[in-house]
Amino acid sequence: MLEIRGLKKAFDGHEILKGVDLELDKGDVLAVLGPSGGGKTTLLRCLNFLEKADGGTMTFLGQEMDMPTLSRKEIAAYRRHTAFVFQSFNLFSNKTALQNVTEGLIVARKMPKSEAEKRALAALERVGLADKRDAYPSQLSGGQQQRVAIARAVAGEPDVIFFDEPTSALDPELIGGVLDVIRDLAEDGMTMIVVTHEVHFARNVSTRVLFMEDGRVLAAEQTAAFFEEQKNERIQSFLRSLDRKDD
Amino acid sequence: MSERVLDILISSFPRILGQGLLVTIPLTVISFALALVIAVLCAMVQIADVKGLKQIVRFYIWLIRGTPLLVQLYLVYFGLPDLGIALPAFPCAVAVFALNEGAYCAETVRAAIESVPKGQMEAGYCVGLSYIQIMRRIILPQAFRTAFPPLSNSLISMVKDTSLAANITVTEMFMTTQRVAGRTYEHLALYAEVALIYLLFCTVITWLQRLGEKKLNAMNGGNVIRA
Ligand SMILES: Nc1ncnc2c1ncn2[C@@H]1O[C@H](COP(=O)(O)OP(=O)(O)OP(=O)(O)O)[C@@H](O)[C@H]1O
Ligand SMILES: [Mg+2]
Repeated sequence: MLEIRGLKKAFDGHEILKGVDLELDKGDVLAVLGPSGGGKTTLLRCLNFLEKADGGTMTFLGQEMDMPTLSRKEIAAYRRHTAFVFQSFNLFSNKTALQNVTEGLIVARKMPKSEAEKRALAALERVGLADKRDAYPSQLSGGQQQRVAIARAVAGEPDVIFFDEPTSALDPELIGGVLDVIRDLAEDGMTMIVVTHEVHFARNVSTRVLFMEDGRVLAAEQTAAFFEEQKNERIQSFLRSLDRKDD
Repeated sequence: MSERVLDILISSFPRILGQGLLVTIPLTVISFALALVIAVLCAMVQIADVKGLKQIVRFYIWLIRGTPLLVQLYLVYFGLPDLGIALPAFPCAVAVFALNEGAYCAETVRAAIESVPKGQMEAGYCVGLSYIQIMRRIILPQAFRTAFPPLSNSLISMVKDTSLAANITVTEMFMTTQRVAGRTYEHLALYAEVALIYLLFCTVITWLQRLGEKKLNAMNGGNVIRA
């Protein structure tokens, strides 16, 4: 469904993505792992054109696109099929939970208000926050804000959702609730790319793993193979270091 | 206080206050409204980085902020007629106050827009909104909340600065007071009186500001906490 070839991105002459390939089928949950500064966030931002790639082609729903030269219009059309969940939530702080979800539906997708609200409430229901529909982001906990952000992502009925470390800005006791919501989405067959440091989550929920270091893909494997038959020493030691942190 | 002074104060009060309500307040309100329009336009030009226009805006702000308001009033009212551009005093004052305040408020508004985290813009793009839609529906409302107290401050300054218009023959509150004082020689009492009326106006604005802030806070779910 989504295929990337040779994705490159440099900041100030410093190459951050050095030719990244990835593949995603419908229903896949791709966990992106790797040490800090390896380019995971940059990869995800390029995938949704929040950063303009310097090189690379994308094939999405059978259509091939040259990433650096995509027009604003084409980007907007592509984004109708995707959603993004940020590490720091980025809920619209002047809008209520419900309005955060309906905003894109009503303004961008021109959906009638009543229908948008119905759909938004269903999405909030799904993340367990229908009762917070009229709360503003500043009145919600981090975990609740992130669940509203997920509802906002889901409500647009995207073909793929990108998650950039959705739980790393959260207090430990709030992480579980957010991961549960993402797991539910996976069980419903939602296609997702999840950058995460939660190895247990990656192991239990993802179907594939992409390991990135220093702007390169070190491994792109089925999840079971990645964790059970890992030969790469660099990856082994990375996983061991995370295991120690978990204890 | 002698009975004579009291009489002068009482008989001049409605006249001075009346001139305040008829001239000072309209002069302030019209000028400030125009200043806000100028400020938002200038701020948007700078934020959106509109080539060419941006240089013009920076030049305008530099020019206005680097010269005294009183000099600007003189230039336009007494100077421009030399070029064949002669405006009546009131529109002249409105133009100068609007252009002057607009330059200062442009910086206030620009700073407020820039203080909105860039994640708000990115989230807007990700749900499919356009730049203009995000500005109008997400960024500007938040920036307005931030800019509201400093803009109120500017408004309060402007109420008092309109007294400078007396210099270019606008018969606002201060000019009216000067005339009464010139006739009666009760300077202390009369200038104290007009000072009190300015104070009254500014108190009302301060009170309106509190009300406005409360309302804006309610629309943002309490004080906006930014990560
Ligand atoms: N806008 C930018 N300008 C300049 N350098 C940037 C920018 N964004 C990212 N970088 C650099 O790119 C590199 C990769 O950053 P990125 O955020 O993609 O890593 P990451 O794998 O997501 O790390 P983490 O696990 O800490 O989130 C870093 O060295 C970072 O300093
Ligand atoms: Mg990151």
